[in-house]
Amino acid sequence: MNKWVRAASVMLALTLAAGCSGAKIGDDSASGGSAGDCGDFNIAINPWVGYEANAAVLAYVAETDLGCTVTKKDLKEEVAWQGFGTGEVDAVVENWGHDDLKKKYIDDQKTAVSAGSTGVKGQIGWYVPPWLAAKYPDITDWNNLNKYASMFQTSESGGQGQLLDGDPSFVTNDEALVKNLNLNYKVVYGGSETALIQAFRQAEQNKTPVIGYFYSPQWLFAEIKLVKVDLPAYTEGCDADPEKIACDYPDYDLDKIVSKKFADSGSPAYELVKNFQWTNDDQNEVAKSIAEDKLSPEAAAKKWVDANKDKVQAWLPKA
Amino acid sequence: MAQVALPRIAVQRPGRGVLVLAVLVVFMALWTVLRGVHTLTLGAAQLTPLHHWINDFNDSLGASRDSNPIFLYFFNEIRLVVGEFTSFIQGVIAQPSFGRPVPLIGWLGVVAIVGWVSYAVATWRAALLATAGFTFLGLQGLWQESMDTLALTLSAVIIALLFGLPLGIWAGMSDRFYRLITPLLDLMQIMPSFVYLAPLTLVFLIGPASATIATLIYAAPPVIRFTAHGIRNAPQNTVEASESLGATRGQTLFKVLLPAAKRTIVLGINQTVMAALAMVTIAALIDAPGLGKTVVKALQTLDVGTAFNAGLAIVVMAIVLDRVTTVAAARAERARQEPSPAAKLARRIVLIAGGVGAVVAVYLSFTYVWAAEFPPDVSVGPTIAQATTTATEWVQTNLSTLTNGVKDVATLILIDPLQTLLTESPWWLLAATIVAVSAIIGSTRAAVISAVCLLLLWGTGLWADAMATLASTLVATAIVLALGVVLGVWMGRNRLVDRILRPVLDAGQTMPPFVYLVPFLALFSASRFTAIVAAVVYAAPVTIKVVADGIRGVSATTVEAATASGSNTWQLITKVQLPMARHALTLATNQGLIYVLCMVVVGGLVGAGALGYDVVAGFSQAQLYGKGLAAGVAIVLLGVMLDRLTQAAARRSQ
Amino acid sequence: MAAPTELTEPTTTVQTDPVIAVRGLWKVFGARPERVPASPELSTLSRRELMDATGCVAAVCGIDFEVAPGEVFVVMGLSGSGKSTLVRCLTRLVEPTAGEVVFEGEDILAADRKRLLALRRAKFSMVFQHFGLLPHRRVIENVAYGLEVRGTRKVERLARAQEVIDLVGLDGYERSYPDQLSGGMQQRVGLARALAGDPDVLFFDEPFSALDPLIRRDMQNEVIRLHREVGKTMVFITHDLSEALKLGDRILIMRDGKLVQCGTGEELVGAPADDYVADFVHDVPRADVLTLKWIMRPALPDDVLDGPELPPDVVVREAVRAVLAADRPVKVVRDGELLGVVGHEEILAAVAGD
Repeated sequence: MNKWVRAASVMLALTLAAGCSGAKIGDDSASGGSAGDCGDFNIAINPWVGYEANAAVLAYVAETDLGCTVTKKDLKEEVAWQGFGTGEVDAVVENWGHDDLKKKYIDDQKTAVSAGSTGVKGQIGWYVPPWLAAKYPDITDWNNLNKYASMFQTSESGGQGQLLDGDPSFVTNDEALVKNLNLNYKVVYGGSETALIQAFRQAEQNKTPVIGYFYSPQWLFAEIKLVKVDLPAYTEGCDADPEKIACDYPDYDLDKIVSKKFADSGSPAYELVKNFQWTNDDQNEVAKSIAEDKLSPEAAAKKWVDANKDKVQAWLPKA
Repeated sequence: MAQVALPRIAVQRPGRGVLVLAVLVVFMALWTVLRGVHTLTLGAAQLTPLHHWINDFNDSLGASRDSNPIFLYFFNEIRLVVGEFTSFIQGVIAQPSFGRPVPLIGWLGVVAIVGWVSYAVATWRAALLATAGFTFLGLQGLWQESMDTLALTLSAVIIALLFGLPLGIWAGMSDRFYRLITPLLDLMQIMPSFVYLAPLTLVFLIGPASATIATLIYAAPPVIRFTAHGIRNAPQNTVEASESLGATRGQTLFKVLLPAAKRTIVLGINQTVMAALAMVTIAALIDAPGLGKTVVKALQTLDVGTAFNAGLAIVVMAIVLDRVTTVAAARAERARQEPSPAAKLARRIVLIAGGVGAVVAVYLSFTYVWAAEFPPDVSVGPTIAQATTTATEWVQTNLSTLTNGVKDVATLILIDPLQTLLTESPWWLLAATIVAVSAIIGSTRAAVISAVCLLLLWGTGLWADAMATLASTLVATAIVLALGVVLGVWMGRNRLVDRILRPVLDAGQTMPPFVYLVPFLALFSASRFTAIVAAVVYAAPVTIKVVADGIRGVSATTVEAATASGSNTWQLITKVQLPMARHALTLATNQGLIYVLCMVVVGGLVGAGALGYDVVAGFSQAQLYGKGLAAGVAIVLLGVMLDRLTQAAARRSQ
Repeated sequence: MAAPTELTEPTTTVQTDPVIAVRGLWKVFGARPERVPASPELSTLSRRELMDATGCVAAVCGIDFEVAPGEVFVVMGLSGSGKSTLVRCLTRLVEPTAGEVVFEGEDILAADRKRLLALRRAKFSMVFQHFGLLPHRRVIENVAYGLEVRGTRKVERLARAQEVIDLVGLDGYERSYPDQLSGGMQQRVGLARALAGDPDVLFFDEPFSALDPLIRRDMQNEVIRLHREVGKTMVFITHDLSEALKLGDRILIMRDGKLVQCGTGEELVGAPADDYVADFVHDVPRADVLTLKWIMRPALPDDVLDGPELPPDVVVREAVRAVLAADRPVKVVRDGELLGVVGHEEILAAVAGD
């Protein structure tokens, strides 16, 4: 027993001696020095890379220039909007339409307000991989789609051409479109953005045909230049009756939504969000850094901000 | 199910087989005539009044959250307590807290504590595994994320036990309560979490409370079920003996029932831990920190390598927690074999020394940076991610033609015919057929339950989608069963195979499905078959394990007798081992079904459409919320119906 | 064979104050069981008829009996006869449907839960067919269990448990776990547990049916020895007639929940109440059970009455030698009064089993 105790104490002493070296916690506690009176800024992160790009740049600027304590919350759109009312989300920084949410939270519950455009234009539509558009140039006109229907046939489409749909986050009119344009296609619900991206990737790589619902800006365009199919042009009000839609999707002016509370708080972060505007190219650059080059959102944001000081300057609140 | 069960029953009881066949023939005849009538098809964007009503109800609930007393005095209090509790655990091991830039206990301390506790409750082997496993988490470069996940799992499990154990005891002692709570537990386990995530954040806000409660809802049922089961199955004569000696109900409970049920209860706790880990990726959708977030984020850019690395961390954590609790349960059983005094002393010394060591490690990790934050320069994470990406790309490039061919054939001969049969039948004809089959292979009670479930299914307004999902579910379950029997028999008869396969199965069961969806999409495109494959990967492990355990449980004497009478291996398996493991086969079928149904929503993400897609879309689009909820309920109804039917059929055939 | 007149009176009652008196005890399983004993029509139906009429199963149908202090009272019947239910009704492990169970003058069925627990803790205890030991406790802790639930202090209860363990011959096994012991040893633990609380009455529910024949015999002898040493009143359930005859002062035979006959072993063998009992006792070696009073005949005028004398309660087997050795009938005499005679013919008939 004695031997054991002695051995154990020697071990203990050795461990302590070896362990008690190196930096102590709190030695370098110089971080987190606040430069302004910004306070907390809760920013929702909706699950797509373009959004993440907006948020990354905004968060970076808010932290470094305004001294805000930024908290990013990974949330789907609906949950994020819900957060306006409970005070847990201050801003959603890229919103695709969502008239239903606007009605519910801006008009009815009055917990959210719009904070203007992000400057980015969103486009929803039907896309084909570039090789297909190159080989069959006339495929980008919807009038010719029936000609190619058999080419798009799959195990899921039951003898018709398959129109791959269904990122469930987005509104789709495709069933009505197929019906009203008399297309010999069946809408098949892929069910996730992942499914859509993977389908386009495989199609381009293996030179197999696919046609599907997609949208830009999206980081995939940096890898594959998908080609949009022209549907009958959108005119104001042509999508009024969801059953009778026979026209393309409208262009979206992607905007920002903030909570009422945040807007009234006078926080410099609100000013920043309101002033924030950039272009599709700007967003694509940051998105590519994140998606393709695997930079962290912070690093990607820093890279862009460092290269675009003047743009950032214009967003900052006037002192 | 009828198709699957038919041959076996036909052989055993010709009477019932013929009846089922007759019902099916009538169904087919009428189907040919009535095909396409009353199919109740509903378009993807179409809603029924019920769906609208649920939307409105949900909206009014949200609008009233600041004035409704239930929110103010009930939900808010719960949120406060649960939130504080979770934050505290996070502060101890995962998140910067108490005014420090790092958690209270750093990696060295956590690893030491985990190792020490594993040794204390289990064996040195388990302790070694636990230490190695947790160190590996750090090496993967995922220490912080792993601890976030562990903290969330721990707090959910602790709260689950706090409520689950008493409820389980109550359900074990009161038949009435048991009957009351069983459907509720079914609901908690089968209802897709996507359905209640959004309302949860409305009620409990975004943050640790919601994440913990979401995990809790799915993780609590096993411990309640197992506790009740253990108590109900405590040896009756022992209970009676205790009563005859004048023990009160409390005394009998604590001195007889609970000790007798201990092993079963520990298994329940084990299952609860596993279930909590399974929720990690889902909880990430409402901002729960941890490995789930890494997986979900990586998926946005289809970064399979990173997702796999994080998924692997979940698997490692699951295996460590599983093995330690399992060994602890077994040790509780063996403790009565008195170890030699020397061994006892040695163990005590190691425990004390280890304890001191752990305290020192905790102190170091509290004080010094190197012991608090896992050194980032030794990470193997990128290597794992890179290797996975390379492997995945190779598979995708070289196998996708072949696998897509397999998909086309399977769809053509299996999925399409069955789905056509189910979805293009008039709903009342199909319902009547299912009720009739339930009555024949199950019982009157099963028929009544089927009838009620089908009626409610009709009420959800999603009949056609439910039948499409049912078709895929049946195909997936059939594949799962086939795999279960083949691999299960192999494992049950061969220890070596068992030892090799088991970790693979564990990984299949605990690896978040999100990780393998990307390569599956490449291999099989977005299709119903992809969803079925994903369901099989998730459901087959439990089925295989149950069958293997059943085969191993067949009495050695019987096997010996059969061998002595000259049976060859095939005869031994088909005539002795499988029939005698019938109870296990039933359980395997039942569990296989439930696990397949748990994957309906994941299937919705890869092209299964139907109920799975309805739920996913309902979670994403506000105006589809009501429909998503109805779809969730429909999945539960399918689950309850199939579960009760298989159970009744099993009882009947015994 | 006619039974002696003095023995024909009913023996379900006892002369002294009974420890247990059971009157009109019913246990019916099923829906609304209380209607069965209450209804004159239903209560007379056979089990089968009752099942068809009401769906109820009558396990115990209007049983009466009394147990004298210090007596070993055996309830015997085949499986399904309701004997195990009957014994459980006595301590209300099974709640009786109707009737009275009076224990030392107190109606058990009227006792509230608290009183019932007190009775179970202090007054009676039970030994079970499948032992009912707690697998997670050592022998000594199992034996002390009854004392533990009473709230006896640990030192005290362990000391007492040790005493009883020694009494049943288990010393040296205190620290074993039940599953390390053989069946017979386990039942000794069960016996010790029952004795530990020093109860007034011990109930045995087929305690030895699960044991090997040799061990069973040992255990039966053990019970006889204990009965001699501690003198407890015992109610013993068995399906084994030889066990009943060996242990029982009196035996109650049950069939389909009803009492068929109640009496001493020799009464059952000597004067079976009906064909059922007769069939039951058919294979019993009569000479081992019957006493001389059962086979003696009145002295005839031409009997030579100067032969040897024997008392009437000598078992036939033991009298064979004396009777056969004498060349004239043996006189059966009690208190100097000549009750009858037994000659070669009678003794041979009895031994031959007819």
